[in-house]
Amino acid sequence: MSADLVAVTMPRWGLTMTEGKVVGWLKAEGDAVEAGDELLEIETSKITSVSEATASGVLRRIVAKDGMTLPVGALLAVIGPAEAEVDAFIGGFEVIAAEEEAEDTGPVLREIEAGGQRIRVAEAGEGGVPVVLIHGFGADLGSWMFNQPVLAQKRRVIALDLPGHGASGKELGGADDAALSGVVVAVLAELGVSRAHLVGHSLGGGIAAAVAIRHPGLAASLTLIAPVGLGAEINVGFIDGFLRAQRRKEVAEVLTLLVRDPELIGRSMVEDVLRFKRLDNVGEALAAIAAAWFADGRQTVALGEAISGLGIPVQVIWGAHDRIIPAAQAETLRGQATVNVLGLSGHVPHMEQSGEVNRLIERFIGLPG
Amino acid sequence: MALKTTRQAINEALAMEMRRDKRVVVIGEDVSGGAGTDGSRDAYGGVLGVTRGLLGEFGDSRVIDTPITESAIMGAAAGAAATGLRPVAELMFCDFLGVCFDQLLNQAAKFRYMFGGKVKTPLVVRTMIGAGRGAAAQHSQSLYQMFTAVPGLKVVVPSNAYDAKGLLIEAIRDDDPVIFCEHKLVYDLKSEVPDEAYRIPFGEANIVRDGEDVTIVALSRMVHFSAEAADVLAKEGIDCEIIDPRTTSPLDADTIAESVERTGRLVIVDESTPRCGVAGDIAAIIGERCFRDLKAPIRRVTAPHTPVPFSPVLEKLYIPDALRIAEAVRQTVAYAR
Repeated sequence: MSADLVAVTMPRWGLTMTEGKVVGWLKAEGDAVEAGDELLEIETSKITSVSEATASGVLRRIVAKDGMTLPVGALLAVIGPAEAEVDAFIGGFEVIAAEEEAEDTGPVLREIEAGGQRIRVAEAGEGGVPVVLIHGFGADLGSWMFNQPVLAQKRRVIALDLPGHGASGKELGGADDAALSGVVVAVLAELGVSRAHLVGHSLGGGIAAAVAIRHPGLAASLTLIAPVGLGAEINVGFIDGFLRAQRRKEVAEVLTLLVRDPELIGRSMVEDVLRFKRLDNVGEALAAIAAAWFADGRQTVALGEAISGLGIPVQVIWGAHDRIIPAAQAETLRGQATVNVLGLSGHVPHMEQSGEVNRLIERFIGLPG
Repeated sequence: MALKTTRQAINEALAMEMRRDKRVVVIGEDVSGGAGTDGSRDAYGGVLGVTRGLLGEFGDSRVIDTPITESAIMGAAAGAAATGLRPVAELMFCDFLGVCFDQLLNQAAKFRYMFGGKVKTPLVVRTMIGAGRGAAAQHSQSLYQMFTAVPGLKVVVPSNAYDAKGLLIEAIRDDDPVIFCEHKLVYDLKSEVPDEAYRIPFGEANIVRDGEDVTIVALSRMVHFSAEAADVLAKEGIDCEIIDPRTTSPLDADTIAESVERTGRLVIVDESTPRCGVAGDIAAIIGERCFRDLKAPIRRVTAPHTPVPFSPVLEKLYIPDALRIAEAVRQTVAYAR
């Protein structure tokens, strides 16, 4: 009864991943697993992360041994009931993989004009109140690679590249909260979205909050991941270091500040940041944003009070080991917001503990607003 | 992001810099691309189509066709660079270096030094290198080692379209003379190239592939053969790191040394001839810096010390290929003290 068996396959994290290496299994053959359990660690040239079980049952067979490098979609393991016939399932797998590849539903990328800017958006999923993902300083929509595909299984999810970032135009109309939140509002108008769950990371958290504050009724809820705007302190060494870094080594060094475990950062993530930073006008755009938000070594945009008065559900997610913005700033919203501090994360919990963050977002936006 | 050929990437870099800065001019034989046609101009865009479209957009005061006289092209360009323009001069084949070397070696390369830093020489010389097109001994050499030997010249040897665009833009914006070596058989290779302008700094090697067992340093077209070899060797359990220096002057010796400190083994692949060449230079630098880390002798895979043969059979033997690279790596890994 191979119909009851479920294939665990090499995931596709991000737009450019073609293969991954099995670092090690966190479950053994014969173990009972629940959907959402951490199954194995996978290393790509970009990042190392954990892949979770998508089904419950017994881990019947581990096909991909530690150290093996396999293409996206390759069979890694089989989960299912104890009595099901595994060998025939494995033997017949390749056909399934080919079919799945054909109907691969990754995010669809396109460029739109919004508020006088060329903005790249990635859309996935359909239905429901859309979720909008806004990345942080120096990042791009690819930083949601672990979140957008999962959240998009149940609803429309839109990620965008902020002005000056990713594949969006590098000339800024303005760099402050009014200008950048204005661009997000223009993007949503262009996409016909009148109400959305806003999720923002770091600078993107501040921008998401600014959208909610300046355009009442647009935000159905606000999820702020290690956001700016809640306190004065910020690691200005990171901001300056990121602005200054020209060489691979310098970039690698600043990027390790983002995560609790520096081993997570792969060489191609460093390479992607270098490629971004080399583009004309990026340095100017980033410097303008840094000047507008982080002048004189501290945060200059204070949003905490306005967030408290929003009257919409707000949740804050923070990594306990955040070396960019201290997790203690989450406490300023305690009582007004749901506060989650994740013990195994630094500044990018949506990448470091993506499964947990996805569940927190799912649960939060599922609550009656 | 779009896939573009190296030819497109170079053409795009030239056009973007000419739009950005009126001081950028292109000068050389047939750069407006009309020769050999019915008289229509810009029909082809240079012998290999790299400068196509520039004449139409920028006119013949900025896309300057010259007689067949390399000494005049380089002399005019060096002088123009010293007096305020930013010329991109074309030395069609690097093999023609001999007739214009004084203008580069003893003039352009020395201006800043001889004039106490008061003169800048923002000159770029684009030139074709490489065997493999049956162009015989006088049109097939890879002479970047000669430029590399000259203090005052910067030397770029791009292996792919992304690097070519970013390095050429960097070269044009650089205030010193830069020799930009384009391999004939890299022109048609494609990679992801942003539409926007970007700069890749000189003296930073690209790590093409991570590996633990052996470091392969490869230049220009040889990067692709090394990648082929590494794929074969991976199946044999040999994990190759591939480093593409991208510029031979300045040379990113740090990245190579840091890699060799980990792998303990170095194979250098260079299409140029072996004597007094870039491969020998890198071997010497790493021999000095990493002696204690080396588990095996440094091995070079180069062309033989001969002219490039015209016979297709011999030409194929002349050029280092994936088989020879793989064999050199195997011998290096198998070496026992």
